[in-house]
Amino acid sequence: MRWSSYPSSHEAPPVVRREPRSRIAGFLFIAGLVLVSSFLLSAAPPKRLSVYSVAANYSLPVMQRANHDYVALLELLDPLGRVNAKLDGRRWRIRYNNVEGEFIAGQNRARIQGRAADLSSIFLLENGRGLVPVASLSSLLPRFLGGPVTVHEDSGRLFIGSIATHFTASLAAGIPPRLVFTFSSPVSPSVSTEPGKLHITFTREPVVAPASSTLTFGSNIISSATYSESNGLAEITVNTTGPLTPSFSDNGRTITLTPASAASQASSPTPPSPPSAAARPAATSAANSPGSSPPSAPSPSSYPSAPRRYFAVVDPSHGGDDRGEALSSTLLEKDVTLALARRLRQELENRGISTLMLRESDANLSSDQRAVLANTNHPAIYIALHVASGGHGVRLYTALLPYGSGDNGLFRSWSNAQSSFLPVSQGAAASISAELQKQQASVRIVTAPLRPLNNVTAAAVAIEVAPAGSDLAQLTSADYQQLIASAVATAIAATRDKLGATP
Amino acid sequence: MIPRHLVIAVAVLLMIVLGMAVYAWQMRGRAAAVPVAASDARPLAPPSAGPTEQLTLFVAYDDPGILRAQSARIPLPAGRQQRAEELLRALLALYLEKSSPHAIGVGADVRSVYLVDPGLAVIDLNAAFADTHRSGVLVEELTVASLIHTLSANIPGILKVKILVDGKERDSLAGHADLSDFYDVSAVNQLAIELSAP
Repeated sequence: MRWSSYPSSHEAPPVVRREPRSRIAGFLFIAGLVLVSSFLLSAAPPKRLSVYSVAANYSLPVMQRANHDYVALLELLDPLGRVNAKLDGRRWRIRYNNVEGEFIAGQNRARIQGRAADLSSIFLLENGRGLVPVASLSSLLPRFLGGPVTVHEDSGRLFIGSIATHFTASLAAGIPPRLVFTFSSPVSPSVSTEPGKLHITFTREPVVAPASSTLTFGSNIISSATYSESNGLAEITVNTTGPLTPSFSDNGRTITLTPASAASQASSPTPPSPPSAAARPAATSAANSPGSSPPSAPSPSSYPSAPRRYFAVVDPSHGGDDRGEALSSTLLEKDVTLALARRLRQELENRGISTLMLRESDANLSSDQRAVLANTNHPAIYIALHVASGGHGVRLYTALLPYGSGDNGLFRSWSNAQSSFLPVSQGAAASISAELQKQQASVRIVTAPLRPLNNVTAAAVAIEVAPAGSDLAQLTSADYQQLIASAVATAIAATRDKLGATP
Repeated sequence: MIPRHLVIAVAVLLMIVLGMAVYAWQMRGRAAAVPVAASDARPLAPPSAGPTEQLTLFVAYDDPGILRAQSARIPLPAGRQQRAEELLRALLALYLEKSSPHAIGVGADVRSVYLVDPGLAVIDLNAAFADTHRSGVLVEELTVASLIHTLSANIPGILKVKILVDGKERDSLAGHADLSDFYDVSAVNQLAIELSAP
């Protein structure tokens, strides 16, 4: 039997047997500490609710109770106005300015100004603090504040009133191209990088998503940017193949991301440049382009006579958040202008005219961005496309210049940049009108206060297409679009010598 | 012992009080049944009293897309600024009619017109005007030209016009007509000539 053969006490001293046990215990203790600390470190940061309002931007802790997110109502309303609360047994009364609310602990029905208000889960009282579910804020707060409230519940962001900061992103022409973010209000984000990515994080600014959360730019260096928001923060992540340098301008309204190698590349001889792009690659260049040579006539003004890469710039107006006219319940102007622009580009290129399209997707572009993109490419003609349900036929517009020329020596007023080019714009409009009339289309030429016509430093014409008859379906008809695109392209091709001679 | 005539007087007074209370209760009910005038968002019509004046309004017609001069006799106050406001309200009243040649949204109104020397007029439209305005280059341009040309034709000395919406600057009226700059009245007058023919 093995028990009887067990070694006697003198062969195995107790001291020797106890030492490994203490070592194991010590090891287990340290391992436990490591596990606990790693668990604590890896735990998600505490949830927060960011509140954006005209009065103040602030954030509050979010408490989890029975799988529901809660916030303290008094703390939430405190920065926005006069607020006080009273506890009376299970009843918790709060007064915000002149609005009174009454909540009862454990109940999911409250009264605000004497009217019932349902909560998504029960009201909680903790140490005299009234906690309301985050999911109910979109219905509760408008009753207290008397205005609209938008809650992004998943990401913990609350917008009081029309406070949102919108932004657009576009790739500015250049070698290498720069990514320009333009915000509707000044921003002061933090910027961090990791290999292949640059993060722009907004903690205090009410930045909201663009029409599409992923923006693609079609550049080898800056391929795309994605918008995301979580735990009270908004973040734009730019995907890049190289390091980017951010710079702020326009009082914090513009962030420009420049590839770090830009300076060195700019000083070296430049190879033939790729097409510039706005939010997506939108340009194609026809071979044997008449506009590929520098302008033949010397500039009568102070405009730089840079080489012309595109003879024509076609601008499908609107896009992204800017839908243009709702032509019907399912048809938006921004979509029809894009389809028409594609046909026009094809027709122009069929006639050997190199063409840049300012957008080829549902991208946001401001009037200023459109003008900058057009001007930096030095085209012979800029054509903006619009579509309308009202009236009949085609309307051609040239710029109605605003008050005052504002020119100051070498510098041109942005509002009146078109002034030197107005005669050639009117000539181009007349030529397009004549060609459309040949096609039996109803045409009219007028001036219009339509941006960015007045900001463009080239011949600039806007074309507004309305149905020939009363049938709106004609606007999307391939035959009708083709007729107009073909006539416009023919007119431009016929006057290319005149247009090409302009600065 | 209370005198008999005093008891009768108190009883009569009590009956009068009760009768008045019942009458007041009925009047309160009737007043509540009358629709609240504040919910009527239509702009106020020009004052109907006072001497009328012959004016020219430049009215937009959507169908051929033109601006047409139209004579009107409306009573106008003496102040230059008030005259400008009433003038534009008379124009908007035409656009708000059922048979309007250039319909604008219900509730559209001119909040104020400020005449600032030298030669600046600021037209402050309400939010409903811009928010309910139809979108399109021509339809927006007709509105702007109609407002500015009517104003400058009847109030001499205006050289430039700025259009605000709800007291604030706005990029465009409804996505097309630019509101970010000052309108040159002479350029708009030229535009009105262009728009007078289809």
